[in-house]
Amino acid sequence: MMDRYTKLQMVGIYVAVAIFLTFMLLPFFEMFMASLRPLEHLFRSPYQFWSDDFSFQAYRDMWVTVPLLGRYILNSIFISLSVTAMTMVFVVPAAYAYARLEFPFKNITLGIFLGVNMFTGAVLLIPLYRVLRSLGLLNTYWAMIVPGVAFLIPTGIWLLRSYLAKIPRELEEAAFVDGASRLYTLRRVVLPLAVPGLIVVSVAVFIGAYAQQFLFAITFNQKRELQPLPAGLFEFIGYQDVTWNQMMAAALVGVLPVMLIFLFLQKYLVAGLTAGAVKE
Amino acid sequence: MTETVGNALVQERRAKGSAIPESLFGWLLIAPAMLFIMVIVAWPLAETIRLSFMEAGLGGEEYVGLENYQDLASSRRFHQTVVRTFYWMFLSVGLKLVLGLIGATLLNAAVPGRSLFRVLVMPPWVIPMAIGCIGWLWLYNGYFGVLSGTMQWIGLTDGPFEFLAHKRSAFYSAVVTDVWVGTPMVTLFFLAAMQGVPKDLYEAAYVDGAGRWYRFRRITIPQIMPVIVSMALLSAIFTFNSFEIIWILTEGGPRGATTTLIIDTYKKAISNYKFGEGAARAVIIVVLLGVFSLIYLFFLNKVNRHYGSGKK
Repeated sequence: MMDRYTKLQMVGIYVAVAIFLTFMLLPFFEMFMASLRPLEHLFRSPYQFWSDDFSFQAYRDMWVTVPLLGRYILNSIFISLSVTAMTMVFVVPAAYAYARLEFPFKNITLGIFLGVNMFTGAVLLIPLYRVLRSLGLLNTYWAMIVPGVAFLIPTGIWLLRSYLAKIPRELEEAAFVDGASRLYTLRRVVLPLAVPGLIVVSVAVFIGAYAQQFLFAITFNQKRELQPLPAGLFEFIGYQDVTWNQMMAAALVGVLPVMLIFLFLQKYLVAGLTAGAVKE
Repeated sequence: MTETVGNALVQERRAKGSAIPESLFGWLLIAPAMLFIMVIVAWPLAETIRLSFMEAGLGGEEYVGLENYQDLASSRRFHQTVVRTFYWMFLSVGLKLVLGLIGATLLNAAVPGRSLFRVLVMPPWVIPMAIGCIGWLWLYNGYFGVLSGTMQWIGLTDGPFEFLAHKRSAFYSAVVTDVWVGTPMVTLFFLAAMQGVPKDLYEAAYVDGAGRWYRFRRITIPQIMPVIVSMALLSAIFTFNSFEIIWILTEGGPRGATTTLIIDTYKKAISNYKFGEGAARAVIIVVLLGVFSLIYLFFLNKVNRHYGSGKK
């Protein structure tokens, strides 16, 4: 009825969707095509859209050219998971406090947290470098985890706070009246109810951590074996030649595990974002 | 009304029943996060402000007062960088919002296959930014990129066209990549907001004979306005501070054509070891963004008052 489309409208919608998705997916398609081309093919002129010497050779060779590739892929995931876990440890209590409790300077402190959103690591690199050095964290995993956590805490608090605020107060109050302590109420009543929200916020934090590990990695870490994938990929740029095809293959293989998980989770994620972020 | 009475009752019980007062408990809960932010963000920020009054490098520090700022104030190149950064931000954010709105509307349309389409917009968002940029680096390449290849095939250019080698095309190429990175998130948030619009509003309008476009303009847009304005601010801050995309594509070149404030800051401080001059730039970024956000929030308040009446 209301949602019915005429044939023509349907065609229009599909064409528009196709254009939109082409824009979104073109780089991936192009990376894939590049990964299939033998290196000497890449410099052929004029440009060839298709040819008969495509092969998956690069997917085998890449592990030899950059022996630590597997390590880089895992490092990326490990760093992001650590950032997520640590961020949530800080975010959960704070978000609860902002969602439920009244305390002095509540709005001002919340403003300070949100103000952090205004910076990125790039602005504070030098002093941050010094802080990490004096804490003895340079060239460790921590050097990439700690700054990531700091810049994701505000977003985490913001998202989780609105989620927690939607949990009916009555349940907590009932526990309270029964004489449960505040901490017990938080742990045993609120958190179990907040599990869907916790998952969504964790996923959002993970995406943030996974997307932005490049800068901290190239600035605070010199140890090759600790590098995450985005930094490690630049090893394909060698002194003599750049093995572009292998670099593309490695990039695609490297992001595949996380991508699959997200494609799987996306329905959940969109629903969660609705619940958490939309209505204040 | 009844709610306040209920609350008062509970407050009273709370005061009797619990050991820790609410205000202390609240502080205890936010303390770890606050402490962490203080060490990792606030202290470096204070240090940046201090450094901005110094001539500092690998050799040591020397107090120079406002010299770093005076240099910037009188530098034409720096003025251009500021203007370029705002142009970059407005253009990129504008495109992200428009595309996000179009994308969300399309993904919200009740057509077969839409759940698949929703999955397919996500990839640029859920991969490391730097890796997406490597893909674009490839697309923009004159010899082996498909864009240049297509242009040659159509006959737009005679030979290979290097998108990132010319000032103008490099800038707009960087904008396109930035839009590509930012659009999926905007799209998904808008989509989420659209799904939260009460169905009966549409039905009522439909019964009254309102067309699709009218319903979009008069129901969808006003209803999701709060999300649009907050996404715009968030997106503006991200875009203003966008570092990796430009750095990987062009490192701010060619001849400064893609040098935004953040790139300029990084180059001064990290590439040239001029910590003091870099710090002064960092402070200016923070001040500019702060002022911009305040102005924006002022208008946001007005918009909310305009659209928000009757809700909640």
